[in-house]
Amino acid sequence: MTPPLPAMAPFHLAIALDGTGWHPASWREPGARPADQFGADFWVEQVREAENGLATFVTIEDGFTAARVPGDEGRSDRAQGRLDATLIAQRVGPTTEHVGIVPTVVATHTEPFHVSTQIATLDWVTSGRAGERIKVSTGDAEYALFGRRQPGTESRDALFDEAADHVEVQRRLWDSWEDDAEIRDVATGRFVDRDKLHYIDFVGTHFAVRGPSITPRPPQGQPVVTALAHVDTAYRLAARAADVVFTTPDGTGRDGPTGDAATTLAAARAAEREVGRTGEPLVVVGDLLVLLDDDAAGARAQLSRLDAVAPLRSDAAVLAGSVTDVADTLESWAAAGLTGARLRPAVATNDLPRITRELAPELARRGLTRGAWGEPGSLRDLLGLPRPADRYAHA
Amino acid sequence: MKPRKRIHLAAHFPGVNNTTVWGDPASGSHIAFSSFRHFAQTAERAKFDFLFLAEGLRLREQGGRIYDLDVMGRPDNVSILMALAAVTDRIGLAGTVNSTFNEPLDVARKLATLDHLSAGRAAWNVVTSWDEFTGENFRRGGYLPKDKRYLRAQEMLSTAQALWDSWDSDGIVADPASGEFLRRPDEGAFEIHSDQFDIAGRFPLPRSPQGRPVIIQAGDSEEGREFAAHSADAIFTRHAEFTAGQEFYADVKARLARFGRRHEDLKILPAATFVLGDTESEAAENARQVQYQQVGPQTAIAFAEQVWNLDLSDVDPDGPVPSFDPKTEDDVDSGGHISKGRASVRMYRDPVATANEWRELGEAEGLSLREVVIRKNGRHTFVGTPQRVADTIDRFVQEDASDGFVLVPHITPGGMDAFADQVVPLLQEKGSFRTEYEGTTLREHLGLAPLRSDALAQS
Ligand SMILES: Cc1cc2nc3c(=O)[nH]c(=O)nc-3n(C[C@H](O)[C@H](O)[C@H](O)COP(=O)(O)O)c2cc1C
Repeated sequence: MTPPLPAMAPFHLAIALDGTGWHPASWREPGARPADQFGADFWVEQVREAENGLATFVTIEDGFTAARVPGDEGRSDRAQGRLDATLIAQRVGPTTEHVGIVPTVVATHTEPFHVSTQIATLDWVTSGRAGERIKVSTGDAEYALFGRRQPGTESRDALFDEAADHVEVQRRLWDSWEDDAEIRDVATGRFVDRDKLHYIDFVGTHFAVRGPSITPRPPQGQPVVTALAHVDTAYRLAARAADVVFTTPDGTGRDGPTGDAATTLAAARAAEREVGRTGEPLVVVGDLLVLLDDDAAGARAQLSRLDAVAPLRSDAAVLAGSVTDVADTLESWAAAGLTGARLRPAVATNDLPRITRELAPELARRGLTRGAWGEPGSLRDLLGLPRPADRYAHA
Repeated sequence: MKPRKRIHLAAHFPGVNNTTVWGDPASGSHIAFSSFRHFAQTAERAKFDFLFLAEGLRLREQGGRIYDLDVMGRPDNVSILMALAAVTDRIGLAGTVNSTFNEPLDVARKLATLDHLSAGRAAWNVVTSWDEFTGENFRRGGYLPKDKRYLRAQEMLSTAQALWDSWDSDGIVADPASGEFLRRPDEGAFEIHSDQFDIAGRFPLPRSPQGRPVIIQAGDSEEGREFAAHSADAIFTRHAEFTAGQEFYADVKARLARFGRRHEDLKILPAATFVLGDTESEAAENARQVQYQQVGPQTAIAFAEQVWNLDLSDVDPDGPVPSFDPKTEDDVDSGGHISKGRASVRMYRDPVATANEWRELGEAEGLSLREVVIRKNGRHTFVGTPQRVADTIDRFVQEDASDGFVLVPHITPGGMDAFADQVVPLLQEKGSFRTEYEGTTLREHLGLAPLRSDALAQS
């Protein structure tokens, strides 16, 4: 007899959505429906599929350029164009009830005030399932789309510092309304207790923001902030600003190999010490790009076929293999101390259902992930993160 | 005889001002998604043209403190509209988005995404708030001089339009067999060099279902009217009285020809409030009660402070209008005024004259300060039985005081329910309002001519 499967997962399965998939040839696969990615059904179906597969959360990639990689700019044979990820998240939010939704946000070219209210709104819309992945923009093409700063004049460290400030402003704004600020006191005519609304008075090198927010504190108090890290600057950003860090075990960053799962975990912990992080430690989630088939040979043949059409370049390790192969890898990551894996489907039409219908049950059988949804709750609940106290509330 | 005009109706989610009554037992959450869903679904059930959301990017202040007497706290507009697209099918989704504290690529991308993921229901109400007070929440602060607010808005809009037009309507081929994804390699390519913007590259989204979102404008100055006549599909105004409405209507429509546009290319939609009752006298009594809820004693003092530009916390709202004159040295736009973040305060161009009017009204009719404020500020546009209200709305439209209304109920989220159930069927009986949506896009609901696609324009 098999033991009952736990609802609380020790290890998290997350799925990274990006159009028709992470392989540049994915749009040419049967059933890929590349033109449909600009409509709602395409995204609703993918996110529901992830929810049916009991994924803790989905992420949605974003960037301001039409091309996904700079070299593809203006190539009519490469998939081009994307919708705003935060809005995709809002659109799928009401169609789901368990899965966390984590759109990518570019810090470099956006207003922290607007992003803060957008993510708070997502949290209201989803009753507490919102997150964001904060990202830095370095590409010249993206700078030119905004025309407000000169590309190449700012160091990477400065850009990462700005992103940390961006998140700090968002977080302060989320806390700028205490949870019980709304009082509706008819006798005194007051809708709010203004002593429970707070100026945030953030002053940094890139911006100063006064506050308070225009949006009440979201259901989670603080939506979940995530960041992807390959190198120390990014690990430090995550340690300063994020709740969850994505690492690339056995992958390749801009500065070379990123090390195995244990190495990336150690890098995250070292960064926490370096920046003097207090409170909850980072939830460390490994990224893996997967192409699944019945057996490894079949998967590798698929990958070569796709690579012949358009070569895949990936920072995360690429695993072309069977469901068992992926499950074995994730089990080894769990043993190394990672708290989850974010899988990037190479071809959404093939790999997403393989993940949700074959891999997810296998991971649950191994006792790694949840075997069923419990009552709908917040993304923080799913991740085992407490709802934070408001920094401005004085008892 | 003139053919019967079709009325256009929009539902304004109750705003963060004293029109919205929060103390009533029927008043629910202003931030829960369920409130937005209820409101949007009611408006859609009633076949309204669109849902409308206002915007304010800084909490209001008075006397150096956050103004606490009104409903406050709201979501990001485009975000909540996008979520509402998931729980509605046809109704238009109109968001107010500022042109000063946003960048064109981001705004154009967000609105095009809203249009794509709602299958053609997006609208943008372009507003120009530029003040330093609001700017304190943004990267550039109060960088824009007041006299450049419409220059920026015009450039923002024309830039957004250039971005929306930068893809052919059939720019995505996405043929897996041939491997051809784009029709032309330069789909989305653009370059803008203007006073406010210096940008180039490729717009990242294909052309959206409406071609471009519907454009709404809500400024009232000479510049605002010109901007609307040049660029907007609809104008949201405060001129909801019959004669003033006719004058405004004639003024704005007369400007269209100069821009090569037709009379029907711009819809004029005043903001309007309403109170219903089973009989005329019941409606009048309901209206009186709502006015007293809208202007409580503290709100009466707060309104007087906005005119007097002084702390009047010692004044008795149930006593007479203050006998002394307002303080006049601080211009509202200079930042020295007691009230911050409130556009309506600019109406008091001559505070001494306003104070005199208030005092004279109080003395002539024996009214307290609170009663005077109610008379001056708390008037409802339409009060009466459903039949009376339907007749009045129809007359306004048929006699060119407007093309319809943006209706502003005073209760969240149920404030539109009675209108939907009782007034809309009467407008439908008259043949003045649709009984079913005829099209799928907001442009179609508004009876706007389809945009020529780029491909057509080029051929
Ligand atoms: C009916 C109406 C509604 C408005 N709603 C908003 C709003 O929601 N947010 C905002 O920032 N400004 C709003 N405004 C302000 C105007 O859009 C405009 O930016 C401002 O009045 C300055 O332009 P003006 O001098 O032409 O009036 C509104 C104005 C009117 C007349």
